[in-house]
Amino acid sequence: MSTAVKTPRPAPAVGSPAYDVQKIRKDFPILHQQVHGKPLVYLDNAATTQKPLAVIDAISYYYRHDNANIHRGVHTLSERATEAYEKTRVAAQKLINAADSKEIIFLRGATEAINLVAATYGRKNVGAGDEILITAMEHHSNIVPWQLLCEEKGAKLRVAPINDRGELDIAAFEKLLSAKTKIVAVGHLSNALGTINPVREIARMAHAHKAVVLVDGAQAAPRMAIDVQALDCDFYAVSGHKIYAPTGIGFLYGKTELLEAMPPYQGGGDMIASVTFDKTIYNRLPYKFEAGTPNIADTIGMGAAIAYLQDLGLDNIEKHEAALLDYATEQVQKIPGVSVIGTAKEKAGVLSFVIENIHPHDIGTILDHEGVAVRTGHHCAQPVMQRFGIPATARASFGLYNTHEEVDVLVRGIRKVIEVMS
Amino acid sequence: MSELRDLYQEVILEHSKKPKNYGELPSANHKAEGYNPLCGDHYTVFLDIKDGAIENLSFHGSGCAISKASASMMTQSLKGKTTAEAEALFTQFHDLVTGHGNPAEDMGKLAVFAGVSEFPLRVKCATLAWHTLRAAIRGDQEAISTE
Repeated sequence: MSTAVKTPRPAPAVGSPAYDVQKIRKDFPILHQQVHGKPLVYLDNAATTQKPLAVIDAISYYYRHDNANIHRGVHTLSERATEAYEKTRVAAQKLINAADSKEIIFLRGATEAINLVAATYGRKNVGAGDEILITAMEHHSNIVPWQLLCEEKGAKLRVAPINDRGELDIAAFEKLLSAKTKIVAVGHLSNALGTINPVREIARMAHAHKAVVLVDGAQAAPRMAIDVQALDCDFYAVSGHKIYAPTGIGFLYGKTELLEAMPPYQGGGDMIASVTFDKTIYNRLPYKFEAGTPNIADTIGMGAAIAYLQDLGLDNIEKHEAALLDYATEQVQKIPGVSVIGTAKEKAGVLSFVIENIHPHDIGTILDHEGVAVRTGHHCAQPVMQRFGIPATARASFGLYNTHEEVDVLVRGIRKVIEVMS
Repeated sequence: MSELRDLYQEVILEHSKKPKNYGELPSANHKAEGYNPLCGDHYTVFLDIKDGAIENLSFHGSGCAISKASASMMTQSLKGKTTAEAEALFTQFHDLVTGHGNPAEDMGKLAVFAGVSEFPLRVKCATLAWHTLRAAIRGDQEAISTE
């Protein structure tokens, strides 16, 4: 089918000259395939990212050479497995600039990290009449654990509003803080809108009311350099599969003094120092929160992913994705009938959009036929959809391997959607 | 493109833009809600059933082109049918969109949905209104969910 669309202008050269996206793409075997006879254009990175060979190989190497249980056997394999596992902890510490590696707890992902804080810190410190403050742009994983806690304790969930651009209303947020506020939970970067929240300012305001601050970093960690000490947040949650690591692994950062005072999350092996039927002494940090044999292979895979990200440089990745987002936003907005949802001044990685009179689900199917993978739906953020009065959006989300040419394919695909549906 | 055109046939696009029997039905004595949490499609089906026959029916709600066209054409094809005939047509329609067997001859215009079978992820869209219809006939109280 021929289209009357003019070829978009050539992609400008951007980012660091050392950032060679074509070379980077060679590290990701999955990208080199066709979907419906078209080259795959993977723009669903906010849902999950693809894995570089370094990660795939690290997992394979581990199972071929080092597989053993950790923190126990005195044999060589156990020692090697333990060393590789603990190396990832130091890598994670450095990735977010935590003060100490024992402040990194390995878990299944950001969801489990938030649930851990709700179940331990929350259960211990939140009581009847207390409040937990979140924002109107949170992912369900940063809403539901707090609702469960509030229900259990008779506490109240408060929600700070967002404006029409999808930015937090910081004045309204501050007004909602009081002596009753025990926990403030905010996303660093909204998965549905791309908005970057002013976490440092939020933490300063919350701390003035003696509330602790949990930051859901699932979308920010793959897109920008994180410094939890500079942000001064109390907890920071990261999902491995969004930072080019395997699924089923992630981590929680917590300040030492808070983690020390928190009760354990789950009971079992590894989280204890000694057990008798009369009394069990819990292990020191971070093992107090890591009961049972953990996901060793994927933790090691996450270590390889972090090394890969740091090798490229988070600052370079941030610049590269910012250029892609700017270019995509500009191109998409030129198409009649297309509206971008989420136009925050501080924004990264995510382009949510709707097309007049065309349901996002139909957009997704037709783009898929063009080889373009986008997410359509409510993005596990139904309150955000309600805020904007729409059932769903189509969302293109960028990763470190995407190119300007792929944005052009997306834009041509959107024009095709309009043509097919009209 | 031909697969896409099979899915988004002219008839389907027309029904999605200008659905028939759209809106509440004041005379309804049966109704049910259907919801697809995955994509947010949400419909209510209204039925006026007398002596085992569907005297009148309508629907309202929102969703993608496939789900809306399917709901619209369903209402057209069921007016005057008995509830037993409606249930039988449900089964035929389900077989059609999941690619089981050939479309029965008496399916009429509904045969345009055969293209859905090439898009397994869209089967739920095409069948949402039908599942909701069945719940309305059977008087199920809870909203129908595709998940």
